[in-house]
Amino acid sequence: MNWLGIVPFAIFALLFLLLPTLNIVLGAFRTGQGAATFDNILNLAQPRIATAFWVSIKLSFASAVIGCLIGFILATAVALGGLPRWLRQSTLTFSGVASNFAGVPLSFAFIATLGRVGILTIVLREGFGINLYGLGFNLLSFWGLVLVYLYFQIPLMILIITPALDGLRREWREAAEILGASGFQYWRRVALPILWPSTLGTMALLFANSFGAIATAVALTGSQLSIAPIVLFNQIRGDVLQDPQLGYAIAFGMIVVTGITNLIYIVMRVRSERWLK
Amino acid sequence: MKSSRFWSYAAFFGGLLYFIIPLIGMFEFSLRKRRGAYSLDAYTSVLTDSQFQQTFLYSLVMALVAILIGVFLVVPTAYWVRLRLPKLRPVVEFITLLPLVIPPVVIAFGYIRLFNTSSMIPFLGSEFGTDVLLACGYVVLALPYMYRAVDTGLRAIDILTLTEAAQGLGAGWAVIIFRVILPNVLVAVLSGAFLTFAIVIGEYVISALLDRPAFGPYLVWIGSNKAYEPSALAVMTFAITWGCMALIQVITRFSKHTRTPI
Repeated sequence: MNWLGIVPFAIFALLFLLLPTLNIVLGAFRTGQGAATFDNILNLAQPRIATAFWVSIKLSFASAVIGCLIGFILATAVALGGLPRWLRQSTLTFSGVASNFAGVPLSFAFIATLGRVGILTIVLREGFGINLYGLGFNLLSFWGLVLVYLYFQIPLMILIITPALDGLRREWREAAEILGASGFQYWRRVALPILWPSTLGTMALLFANSFGAIATAVALTGSQLSIAPIVLFNQIRGDVLQDPQLGYAIAFGMIVVTGITNLIYIVMRVRSERWLK
Repeated sequence: MKSSRFWSYAAFFGGLLYFIIPLIGMFEFSLRKRRGAYSLDAYTSVLTDSQFQQTFLYSLVMALVAILIGVFLVVPTAYWVRLRLPKLRPVVEFITLLPLVIPPVVIAFGYIRLFNTSSMIPFLGSEFGTDVLLACGYVVLALPYMYRAVDTGLRAIDILTLTEAAQGLGAGWAVIIFRVILPNVLVAVLSGAFLTFAIVIGEYVISALLDRPAFGPYLVWIGSNKAYEPSALAVMTFAITWGCMALIQVITRFSKHTRTPI
């Protein structure tokens, strides 16, 4: 009778998470009449959709890698860099806020700052003679979007990696120093291999985090930008691709991408943990 | 060591600039509505907008409903899995982490396909049904955070002893879960609740696709139709997010305080 206690959760998960997802996955392999087919998947190869996926992957990859790198540097500075303790605490609190300050309001903040009439754009132009938009900068471009995404990616990295940095024991550093290791060698041979699993794991999380993100991009570019989630969003709203079944295939493709990301994370983690024993 | 501290400060202030300038930007922009002078006009314009009031209230209610459903779903489940079904823990944990893997737009798509008017469970057939569906969607979005918070809370207490003590005194399951276990993990539950609130209040994708008058779609609409009001709204949303996180900090600290030996 023990299993009875888990029935409500099982029903909820089935109804609102597993079955809806399964429905989409199955739909990707069916024709409009319900017969099995691979055509939907093959149709993903058409330039318009393939490009959207490719842009999405590049966008998520760039923001995940850069977010990881900067987040790592900031977390190291705050956790191990000899900064006062209250700075560390406030950084973590702020990271909690900023990692949740995503979506529409975030894009408003950046439009007000770096848009064509944003404060920073104007200050740089009037005060320093630097015309950002004249130099080819555009907030509504690929790198503009990366810049915006970093606002929630970096804090997420800081939040996840700081506990791992705290886990580095002082004895390890001392042992390495006694054996004659330089600071660089300590990081290269001791600290980074230990931190590798959590870093990779976070990177996968950041990737999935921005791969599914829509609201920020919609508010910035008005759903015109061709990234995979927006293409799917428009397709759901009004079959813009003139092929109802293609929506399923795009959704399935998105699950595959985030699924692979998470798989890479698991495999890499198992591998690197082998060296920890 | 000195040079490393210098670089730490350099990195910190570099990061500080990146994170603070957009906040200053949106704040300054939100004050610019009146020509030539700083004013709170954008805020008054937003706050008196009936659309704002309705959508915000709608999302507020949705958030509370999602929190309630989430608590009633997650606390008993996490408790039961820890107490009686430890073998199922990896499975349950995997399911609770799935919303991080499956993009919200895909989940919403699934809802539209599975619960349309001609399906077995036509949630989308009525307004109320759609609201219920949306609330459940929000529970799903918050599930990874809620479950992890509660599960961590449960780890810190001895649920077996508590359960046996309660049973010895004649308590039934409902009493055990809601009068013994829940108060003991209240801090964790509240952290999960505030996080849920922060996620739900600005959520866009699911509410837009289910076509409900939530705050997120309103934000997007105003973003493409007004100049200064979006910044005022962004400032307010930031304040709400900040408030939620501050409350999590406060209750966590409060709970630690009560546990220190006298």
